[in-house]
Amino acid sequence: MIALASRELRLAMAGGNALLPLIFFLLVATLFPFAVGPDGPLLARVGGGALWMAAMLAALLPVDRLIEPDRASGVLDQLSTRGIGEETVVAAKLVGHWLSFGPPLMLAAVPAAALMRLPAELLLRLELGLLVGTPGLAALTLMVAALTAGLRSAGALAGLLLLPLAVPILIFGAGMIGSENPSALKLLAAVSLLLVAVTPFAAGAAIRAARD
Amino acid sequence: MNEAPPLKLEAVACIRGGRLLFEGLDLVLGPGDAAIVTGANGVGKSSLIRLAAGLLRPAAGKVERNGGAGLADEAAALDPRQTLGRALAFWARIDGTDAAPGMAAMGVTHLAQVPVHMLSTGQRKRATLARVAASRARLWLLDEPSNGLDADGEERLAAAMAAHRAQGGAILAASHMALDLDGAATLGLA
Repeated sequence: MIALASRELRLAMAGGNALLPLIFFLLVATLFPFAVGPDGPLLARVGGGALWMAAMLAALLPVDRLIEPDRASGVLDQLSTRGIGEETVVAAKLVGHWLSFGPPLMLAAVPAAALMRLPAELLLRLELGLLVGTPGLAALTLMVAALTAGLRSAGALAGLLLLPLAVPILIFGAGMIGSENPSALKLLAAVSLLLVAVTPFAAGAAIRAARD
Repeated sequence: MNEAPPLKLEAVACIRGGRLLFEGLDLVLGPGDAAIVTGANGVGKSSLIRLAAGLLRPAAGKVERNGGAGLADEAAALDPRQTLGRALAFWARIDGTDAAPGMAAMGVTHLAQVPVHMLSTGQRKRATLARVAASRARLWLLDEPSNGLDADGEERLAAAMAAHRAQGGAILAASHMALDLDGAATLGLA
């Protein structure tokens, strides 16, 4: 399990794979003020939601390298032959993928929030939301990657599958930035936990089904 | 030593893509046994190997393995950017073994520093066989093991298979070419 998770982390770091979502996230944060103009109060009001949108889209980028290469090269078959359940493999992948996605995104959120003129207390709430919400996003990416592995035009299909399912994370993540009420954070945590709990089983079943 | 047969197939049937490939297949491989699956292309040799590996579920019948299985098929399952030594060490770590004896047996020790994507077809084949040889699995499942191997590679494969059987292991190999397996049963699919 540790060997699998660390392999996932190594694959993410190799060739700058993990950097791609970060650069994308920062790019959106840079472009957004150009689009709405340099109006500080307005940016601070909508910036948090825009950053959550960027995080969601950034989560979509690694979808084609999480499962499909391992399916095509026989790594998943080899693990299964050794009696390692698909659920365990996906859980290990989830840990490795989140480590390469969540914490770097939280770091990138600091300069991104500065670009959006977010005040310090809003940045704190954004970081808290990302800490709670990125495991859910990572799980969703992994689940969609398993469901679309081996299909043609998997990338486009993955977007259509992932984005609607990520709506609850977006609503509660962006919602908790704008309000003092702690219920948005609780609901975000609930959605994230649900996705993390369901993904090993859903993705494991998808991997098994793809063999037939 | 564990005396349960490494592989036992009972009345196994296989359906792929709505087509019945074979049914009522019985096979018991005890310690030291070997069987070669022969037959024309598309007759279900690889499917039988994957059934035995537990990757496909039989449409009917029972598949029983004791003592683990090592699979060598067309897919190398080695990370292309890593060196061969590191890629095989990853699997040795999962298996709880050492990759070196298998690499020596298949003659790929000198390639340890070469990235996997630079290897030739035959070298990659040797590497997948080296992984099986290094694993402690009692059952070897080899799908066209001699594909792409040169004369030296075939000799090393034969020696590795003989050593495995001498230690009480079993081998199920699918091949359309002659394999050097003394006293192996032949399982013809039609």
